[in-house]
Amino acid sequence: MTNLLSPSAMGTDRVRVDGAAKVTGRARYACEHPVPHPVYLHPLQATIARGTVRELHTDDATALPGVLTVLTPFNAPPLETGTDAELEILQSPEVAFRGQLIGAVLAETPEIARQAAGLVRARYDREPHDVTLSADRDDLYAPEVVNPSLPTDTHDGDPDAAFAAAQRAVEATYTTPMLHNNPMEPHATIAIWDSDGLTLYDSTQGVHAMREVVTSVFGLEPDQVRVLAPYVGGGFGSKGTPHANLVLAVLAAKRTAGRPVKFAVTRQQMFSFVGYRTPTIQRVRLGADADGRLVSISNDVVEQTARIKEFAEQTGVPARSMYAAPNRRTTHRLAALDVPVPSWMRAPGECPGMFAPEVAMDELAEACGLDPIELRVRNEPETDPDSGLPFSSRNLVACLREGARRFGWDRRPRLPRSTLDGGWWVGTGVASSSYPVHSAPGSSATVRATGGGRYEVLIGAVDIGTGAWTVLTQIAADALAVPAERVDVRIGDTDLPEATVAGGSSGTTNWGSAIVEAAREFRQKFGADPHPGDELTAGMPELPGHERFAMRAFGAQFAEVRVNADTGEVRVPRLLGVFAAGRILNPRTARSQFIGGMTMGLSMALHEESVVDERFGFVVNHDLAEYHIASCADVASVQAHWLDEHDPHVNPMGSKGIGEIGIVGTAAAVANAAYHATGVRVRDLPIKADEFLEEAR
Amino acid sequence: MESEISLTVDGVRHDLVVDTRVSLLDALRERLGITSPKKGCDHGQCGTCTVLLDGRRATTCLALAVAHDGADITTSAGLESGGTPHPLHQAFLDHDGFQCGYCTPGQICSAAGMLDEAESGWPSAVTTDLARDPVLDAEEIRERMSGNLCRCGAYVNIVAAISEVAGRRSA
Repeated sequence: MTNLLSPSAMGTDRVRVDGAAKVTGRARYACEHPVPHPVYLHPLQATIARGTVRELHTDDATALPGVLTVLTPFNAPPLETGTDAELEILQSPEVAFRGQLIGAVLAETPEIARQAAGLVRARYDREPHDVTLSADRDDLYAPEVVNPSLPTDTHDGDPDAAFAAAQRAVEATYTTPMLHNNPMEPHATIAIWDSDGLTLYDSTQGVHAMREVVTSVFGLEPDQVRVLAPYVGGGFGSKGTPHANLVLAVLAAKRTAGRPVKFAVTRQQMFSFVGYRTPTIQRVRLGADADGRLVSISNDVVEQTARIKEFAEQTGVPARSMYAAPNRRTTHRLAALDVPVPSWMRAPGECPGMFAPEVAMDELAEACGLDPIELRVRNEPETDPDSGLPFSSRNLVACLREGARRFGWDRRPRLPRSTLDGGWWVGTGVASSSYPVHSAPGSSATVRATGGGRYEVLIGAVDIGTGAWTVLTQIAADALAVPAERVDVRIGDTDLPEATVAGGSSGTTNWGSAIVEAAREFRQKFGADPHPGDELTAGMPELPGHERFAMRAFGAQFAEVRVNADTGEVRVPRLLGVFAAGRILNPRTARSQFIGGMTMGLSMALHEESVVDERFGFVVNHDLAEYHIASCADVASVQAHWLDEHDPHVNPMGSKGIGEIGIVGTAAAVANAAYHATGVRVRDLPIKADEFLEEAR
Repeated sequence: MESEISLTVDGVRHDLVVDTRVSLLDALRERLGITSPKKGCDHGQCGTCTVLLDGRRATTCLALAVAHDGADITTSAGLESGGTPHPLHQAFLDHDGFQCGYCTPGQICSAAGMLDEAESGWPSAVTTDLARDPVLDAEEIRERMSGNLCRCGAYVNIVAAISEVAGRRSA
């Protein structure tokens, strides 16, 4: 058991330390750092989905006044190759997906760069491409592992026989579409390669992670590369791992004799090479006895990856741990297509992988004649069904009960299509949420006394909007037993001690644990009254509980949905979530994390879908006018609450990650509410008006 | 082709020569180094580049700099007066009306312009009684702020922040 840090600053409601800089706009994001005489980069992208670039005619472009050079696969500097085909751009003329980076124009202004890029003419040797995902392809394959390194398939008991013999059964296919992360700040880099080495201002979720990849791709030593990211305009996973745009910026910086290169990716380009969530096809089978006790659970998942690099989203994984059943199976099969490389998007695995089973649970509740909450309560496992380990804490049932009370669940009509109010069908729905407690080694922190009772705490963490900067200040204050006002936390720079990426809802666990350890050792060595300049660096200690317990945060999400009886328009006037996620370190930023995730989940439920034109292999709705994300008018009441959960095993703060759980289950709750409103079961996201109109016909 | 123009930004006059293709947003960000307005889409679809242009909210990515010679521009930074935050700044801080902060200066400029529009009696798509001055309830604010996207999903806090300021102004 970990001795939990005694809370004083932790748990209090504090305004963000970076708040004033952000509201005025003084905070400098990647491409906003003042640099002398920048060169502007506009990329060249493949306009075929598969084949070879035979020629690139660049004469017209280079003849344009203000153009410095055009990088192509035929003249680009060499990279260290053989490890990551997504990043090894311009090393061969082969094209693996439409929109792939095949070159860049460097020019004195953005306008000239863009104009010149339009003057470059490419000739290709075209090959037939294949970008179509379906569950009945004959070339689906089982990856060795699924993200990050989990078993591809699991098999317990005899799920098929148990399903066939079950007294109550649900068997259905559910789909989620291709989704794009679309943080508000597009990916952007300033790359400066001069006699001091390589300096990168990058919009990233992890400065050290970016440095590691850049050193490996360019054959550099870590001390030759500095990455800075003091402010980052969101990422949602798309900035958690480097993409080809970063490599292109650095390739260009190699050619500009020390002049800074600015590469601000456009919104349209973000649909081609900075990652996305794969579409998923999930075949779910739930079998239960007449009382609703599950005897069989299976989720067989089909999704896509890129031909040049595998990413296997762990969509089947949540079904392994949610509910008790003696017979269980999860599988993942992939189609390797001529498409951009899929990657992390907020709650990879959990987000799509809780949509299908949580809608199926709603269907099973109806088949059993049970309230959907009661069905879930009846299938609460004693221990983690997947690992067999005890949970360090699991308060799903308490979340369901508390949510039901707050939401007014007891007033819900039992039957669907029961309430018509002013031309709108009204219904309510519920779904469970869950997200694992991830931790990873590799973070360390420095504590330094600066005099007058003040301290600096240094760690190369990144705040992508999570509130990490503020929460780490609170943790450091309690670890040093001083008021938070006396602590200055510095983050976002590889010159600071190494830190893990802001991903997997693990930042607070990893970085906070390192800070607590550094503060403890600092006090041991220097006492309560240190001299200015006294400093100590320590790494994150091992968290022994992670071997002995299954660790997850849980939640329950409730939605009210109105469906227009004439038009099928779907509105969500109310979302309410209750979460059990250990100690909440800052209620203000935590609430924002939860409601932000729920809002993105609402957006997933109703709006988001990247539509691929299969003839050409690209996303046709590649901007924010056509790839719809929830706008202010789409979001009415979103409430997040949490239980006071004590978990001494997770980390010294007693906290669980909260950045992703908010998006898990939301879309299922909305779909279940839409069913309760109308009697129409929608199993394919996003939920569209047509579904309800077809029923009306 | 280039043109000489002048822009007054947050009270400071700037004389500059611009390529006639330069958007007002790029003139601010890349020529003058004024980065309070952000670039989120460059197509007028997200609102992060919103400023007050001659007193009215406008998306600067859809404006050509050369067409706004002599314009008076206020960014979110310019809404401060003498180091004192604007009431909208304070309300966004108090209600945590942002997370990553990238859309925030645009949200705040848009809110400032929107409050003036409502005070001048401009209706919105959800205003029911066109004969009376609109009352800025949550539905009105949501409708009027829908040109400013926030991917972090801070909308409910943004609406709470603006409601507070709107309530004080109408009180």
